[in-house]
Amino acid sequence: MLAMNIEKFSFTYPGVDEPSLKNITLPIEKNNITALIGPSGCGKSTLLRSMNRIHDLYPGNKYDGKIELLDETNKKYKNILKIKKENEFIKLRQQVGMIFQKPTPFPMSIFDNVAYGLKIAGIRNKSELSDRVEAALKGSALWNEVHDRLNKSAMGLSGGQQQRLCIARAVAVKPEVLLFDEPTSALDPISTSAIEELIVELKKDVSIAIVTHNMQQASRISDYTAFMYLGDLIEYDKTENIFLNPKEKRTEDYITGRFG
Amino acid sequence: MKRLLINKIILTLSTISALIGLAFLAWILVTLFIKGLSSFHFSLFVNDLINNGLRNLIIGQFILAGMASIIGIPLGMVAGIYIREYGQGRYANLIRNLSDIMMSAPSIVIGAFVYAIVVVPTGHTSGFAGSIALAIMMIPIVISTTDSMLSLVPQELREAGIALGASKYKVIFDIVIKSAKVGIMTGILLAFARIVGETAPLLFTSQTSNYFTLDLTHAFPSLSVSIYDLASDVQTSSRDLAWAASFILTVMVLVINLTGKFITRNKK
Amino acid sequence: MEKIFQKFAFSSATLVFIILLGIFITLFNAARPAINEFGLNFIVDPAWNKEVPLSTPQTTTDKSAAQKSVTDTNDESVDVNDYGDSSDDMIMEDEDDTPTKTIYGGLVPLVGTIFSTLIALAFALPIAMGISIFLAEIAPKKIATFVGGAIELLAAIPSIIFGMWGLYYFAPIVADLFGGFQVSLLTAGLVLGVMILPFMAAITRDSMNTTPDILKESAYALGATKFEVIKDVIFPYSKVGIIGSIILSLGRALGETMAVAFLIGSIFELPHKITDPTISIPVALANNFGEASGLGMSSLFYLALILFVMSFAIISFAKFYFLRKANS
Repeated sequence: MLAMNIEKFSFTYPGVDEPSLKNITLPIEKNNITALIGPSGCGKSTLLRSMNRIHDLYPGNKYDGKIELLDETNKKYKNILKIKKENEFIKLRQQVGMIFQKPTPFPMSIFDNVAYGLKIAGIRNKSELSDRVEAALKGSALWNEVHDRLNKSAMGLSGGQQQRLCIARAVAVKPEVLLFDEPTSALDPISTSAIEELIVELKKDVSIAIVTHNMQQASRISDYTAFMYLGDLIEYDKTENIFLNPKEKRTEDYITGRFG
Repeated sequence: MKRLLINKIILTLSTISALIGLAFLAWILVTLFIKGLSSFHFSLFVNDLINNGLRNLIIGQFILAGMASIIGIPLGMVAGIYIREYGQGRYANLIRNLSDIMMSAPSIVIGAFVYAIVVVPTGHTSGFAGSIALAIMMIPIVISTTDSMLSLVPQELREAGIALGASKYKVIFDIVIKSAKVGIMTGILLAFARIVGETAPLLFTSQTSNYFTLDLTHAFPSLSVSIYDLASDVQTSSRDLAWAASFILTVMVLVINLTGKFITRNKK
Repeated sequence: MEKIFQKFAFSSATLVFIILLGIFITLFNAARPAINEFGLNFIVDPAWNKEVPLSTPQTTTDKSAAQKSVTDTNDESVDVNDYGDSSDDMIMEDEDDTPTKTIYGGLVPLVGTIFSTLIALAFALPIAMGISIFLAEIAPKKIATFVGGAIELLAAIPSIIFGMWGLYYFAPIVADLFGGFQVSLLTAGLVLGVMILPFMAAITRDSMNTTPDILKESAYALGATKFEVIKDVIFPYSKVGIIGSIILSLGRALGETMAVAFLIGSIFELPHKITDPTISIPVALANNFGEASGLGMSSLFYLALILFVMSFAIISFAKFYFLRKANS
């Protein structure tokens, strides 16, 4: 079953003639991890940022094709490129969460960070809030480290802890899909492996797409891998096939380190 | 949804207040242009104030600001170089902070200060006193520009110079300042624009004069001070002259500012 | 050469310190006669250039009120040219041979300064916040660049222009709307507000723009609305910078002369209503300095000293508590 289905998708940035993504067709399998790999500028982040339409914060982009999202409530697919209204955007972003290259703790306490998405979604009940914050922090393997300082500023946490906090914040609103945009590129190796373990743990509950420039990371954690190059999707397959038995020459060149 | 409604209300309010603010500012500019242009005539550049012209005032204003620049720019630049290149931590930081505070000192107070140290001992107002007051206003602006422009020069450039065996002084003058040149010049231009429109520090230092003069030891013609006198005059003709003078003063300031912005943008 | 230049550079930097110290010492010295005569009572005394009998140095005795001929300060201070004569001598012989002296108090200009600044702030703050939110978050990039550039240019317009416009075009409308005089605390404060508006909006926008895009994006990615991003992410993130910017604008309003000089009325009288004319410290200096002498002059220096200390305190407060944190 697919959590998201990208079909013949093209994307053009404002003021540019050449599309940055050309005719991409990519399934995002439910409760699996799909890795997007490729050299810088191949469009993997652009594709990821189309999947929750965060691009639309900056006007003038052009979309073609469709990106469908499975709505768990009615088991129907919905083309998110059709979204125009503000409240639909808000709903989309609650369904599709995102984690960025760098940790992005908000300038507020640890508790308020995790509770933020819940609060703006209208949850005001104190005990429900604290239950869900606790669950999210436990789910992000951060609870033991922060449970005694929930009211302290999130800025005081280490980089790895901040990134797990951001994951907890995204998980707390119970999204259906989580998008990771090179989530460990600013972290040390120990924090990185903690995050990787966490991502694998999370796929029980959510479907995951992750952009990474680190091929080892892709091979370690993902179930499916898509290799992109210059705005094209070159090859998509089960991760072991991509890494052990690529069909395309360019994929092989990239994963063996001949370019990129 | 209530959230969306609040969002809409706040964003609309912000946009409306932005429009209100812009409307006020447009109102001022339009008034200035209409009143200024209707009283404007090219003979204003030929006659002195005594003959209802502005020639002596415009030249006087430039000389006052120019003299201030001659005093203020070298001192400010060298002081800026000191706090960025030579300064030892705390002292340089202290001077940096004091300079910022000085930049915000009320200009009328600087006028009073110069009155006490120049006008009182010499017994009368003078172009020199006015220039000194403007120079005191200019120094901290030049310091802060120099300081921030030098801070943009990569440290590696200095190290590369030192590694070639150049003295620190040589490195600063041949490498650091050269690479920060455009930024510093723009900053100085903006500092000039800032003081050339000043009135308060000149009121009782240079005062103003109806006649053309280059003698800086006596009361000196100033466009801005004369605007203040003319604008509060009962005669309509004087007030019209004040509008024309304001128009010219504003155009001068805006042209210098735009030049500065243009240089910065071209550099980028 | 190296050594000489370094010495010269050090001296130039130290000049900043010397000038600031020089301003303080010079103002203090020049204000000394007034400080000795009136002490701290100066700042609570509403009388300016007022004759009182020598025996009772208090400000409001029946007797001084009765001596109307020389105590009518209002009319005198409007026209600066008539001003200097009466303030020359500390002790004068009155017509009916009662020994009197002239007293000066700074309360009126102090109140005028503070209230005109507060009115300016109350007017400019919401609009400046609106403009900076509009520029930083609402306007498309091209419009934001253009409008932002225009606002920076407007911040460069000489303040005397704001004063002239205020007197001839804005004040009549305000007086129609709120009643009272065209020259008043209210009109002066509002024009002052219009003057600091572009400055405040520009530097507040700069503070807001320090918020990293990625931080805003992560709030949007949680489903936040623009207002929620502004309220929960941008404001908390750039809070110290914004407060610092506001205080900096306040400092600028406090010391502003020319935008206020045309509008405040320039009379040494406490305003009973917001629409009454009064005077501020910079305007008191601007209009009376040239003609004053003796204790009157010294009292003006006392006012200048108070203004300098106030502005110094406010700006250092902004720098050390807010802007430094914002920079680091």
